[in-house]
Amino acid sequence: MPVSGADATLGRQIKGPSAVGSDPRRFWHLTRALAVTEFKLRFFGSVLGYAWQVMRPLLLFGVLYVLFTQVIKIGGDVPLYGVALLLGLVLYTFFSEATGSAVTSIVDRENLVRKIEFPRLAVPMSVVLTALFNLALNLGVVVVFLLASGGSVRWSWLQLVPLVAILVVLAAGLAMLLSATYVRARDMRPIWDVVLQVLFYGSPIFYAIETVQQSAPDWVAKALMLNPFAAVLQQARHAVVSPEYETAASAIGGAPRLLIPLAIVAGIFAFGYAVFRKAAPRLAEDL
Amino acid sequence: MPSPGLPAVAVDGVSKTFRLPHERVHTLKERALHPFRGKSHEQFPALADVSFAVDGGEFFGIVGRNGSGKSTLLKCLAGIYAADRGRIYVNGRMSTFIELGVGFNDDLPARDNVMINATMLGLSPREARRRYDAVIDFAELHEFEDLKLKNYSSGMEVRLAFSVMMQVDAEVLLIDEVLAVGDAAFQQKCFDEFARIRRQGRTVLLVTHDMGNVQRFCHRAMLLERGRVVELGEPDHVAARYLEVNFLRESAARDGDEPSESGRYGDRRAEIVEAWFEDEAGERAATLPSGRRCAFAFAVRFHEPVEDPLFGVVLADDRGNPVFEASNARLPGAGAFAAGDAATVRIAFDNVLSSGRYEATPAIARGGSGVAWIDRRERLASVVVTGTRPTDAVLDLPFELEIGARERR
Repeated sequence: MPVSGADATLGRQIKGPSAVGSDPRRFWHLTRALAVTEFKLRFFGSVLGYAWQVMRPLLLFGVLYVLFTQVIKIGGDVPLYGVALLLGLVLYTFFSEATGSAVTSIVDRENLVRKIEFPRLAVPMSVVLTALFNLALNLGVVVVFLLASGGSVRWSWLQLVPLVAILVVLAAGLAMLLSATYVRARDMRPIWDVVLQVLFYGSPIFYAIETVQQSAPDWVAKALMLNPFAAVLQQARHAVVSPEYETAASAIGGAPRLLIPLAIVAGIFAFGYAVFRKAAPRLAEDL
Repeated sequence: MPSPGLPAVAVDGVSKTFRLPHERVHTLKERALHPFRGKSHEQFPALADVSFAVDGGEFFGIVGRNGSGKSTLLKCLAGIYAADRGRIYVNGRMSTFIELGVGFNDDLPARDNVMINATMLGLSPREARRRYDAVIDFAELHEFEDLKLKNYSSGMEVRLAFSVMMQVDAEVLLIDEVLAVGDAAFQQKCFDEFARIRRQGRTVLLVTHDMGNVQRFCHRAMLLERGRVVELGEPDHVAARYLEVNFLRESAARDGDEPSESGRYGDRRAEIVEAWFEDEAGERAATLPSGRRCAFAFAVRFHEPVEDPLFGVVLADDRGNPVFEASNARLPGAGAFAAGDAATVRIAFDNVLSSGRYEATPAIARGGSGVAWIDRRERLASVVVTGTRPTDAVLDLPFELEIGARERR
């Protein structure tokens, strides 16, 4: 039975799967439902349940804090070194968790992708959202350590909101890029594991940028700040831990230069979105 | 919102071709080492120019063998695959049920799973919460709502999944063979629910290969074969055509085999040359309609003189159960045959068999006591019986059913 060409009168046209879909609310509901499920499953079966979500970073940070402030005094004269270290670890954990589990996310949820129509982007975004839940809890623990070490509540803490937002955009861009690529090229996972390792030691997490400035040529510290993650972390230390830490702007050598890491974030996000959007209609077939 | 007067689903010239790479390139290293290898792939046309329209409130069956493209069509309709060519329109809210309980997680209790599943199927979290009680009611799982799904029996899990599906108020439902699950009582419940949906005037597209369901529920049906629509119309008609296509292809594949001597016994003083079935009109036929007169015949050639031989046939169903035997054992002697004689044996009978494939084993034997085969050829000919009445039994006998009027005092 051929159907005549009067498109508009025949109702909604089904065009196949897409990245975001036509209903932004549905996209958000799905992303949230997937993220909440993942979050609930993490501590499934444990007696303390959600308490572990707080207990785990508390215990881990406690050990690290004692180790690096009392035993190995790496920090030297860096103010509140222990808390600065924790903040670095917490932000890095978010970044590696969000991107690391995003790599396999589409393949892991194969049965959803192949069995039902939904905005495909909900899958990698839910992974980032789950990591964001954990980040919120971990940041709470960092605050406990900060106040216990003699830090004080300051208005500048609010800077965390835009800083975390930048990090989320970066992680989301990479999550889209990695999850879509992994479907066809399975070596994305080992590659990304290596990148994460490099990022860990290449960012001032264990060490302070001030140490680099003292011991290496001038340009090294500035080059390190080109890494968006390092720049965000540096600014967060200044805003949250202690104003004695340099701002990202001064560490990179002038506020206008901050446009470079910001442009990297925007570029990665745009590229990631473009790649994912192109791959989305065929994900179910390529799996 | 559905607009009246429009088809609920309109499909216009939809084609879908899969590219099957000869060697799947899955790593960047392989791709770098063999840059051209990934380019060779086969085209597999899963759907070719499929067009049809389903009216609002229609219960529409999509049938076909495995690999005929029916599931690909469903996935294109559902928006899981993007069609290469052609257009698909849906009028009203649509939900897809390719699998029951999409997104179910064993480690979570029923409540969480219902929420996830309902969200996946298109409800907002608020709607999902509001319908939760109705879901649990329908599934009859009140005592178990806090139990983790992995502790559910498979029947309970299916019940839960089906209940969610029923509570998603879609106007157009795409369903893929999820009917045949659960115990008999639950199946009955599902069928009741389908009948209810049918009465409510919702539109259903059901992908199945159970002709019983097609005939039981569908207003119209469509038969797909190799990605093309080969029949569209009355369920009975489509079902008959399905059986025909289904079994004919099988026998065509079988005919291609080398004629085998295994399963052939006897001293060959006479030989069965060929065997076939005939329809009511006496024409050779590969399919026979149930309820008509038909015949089985085989040709015999004698190499040595034989006196009063026995001719017979055993008909067996596709499970190998003999269902019918006929021979001249209790009939007057067939007489003497000389070397070089040829004869045709014809056994006519009323076809009371139910639909399916049957195989005939003709034989010639010497009369007298004991069995001395002259020639017996197992499963030499086969036939497909097409019946339109669904039955699980071997026979499809004509019958009359009477219900005596209840007496009132």
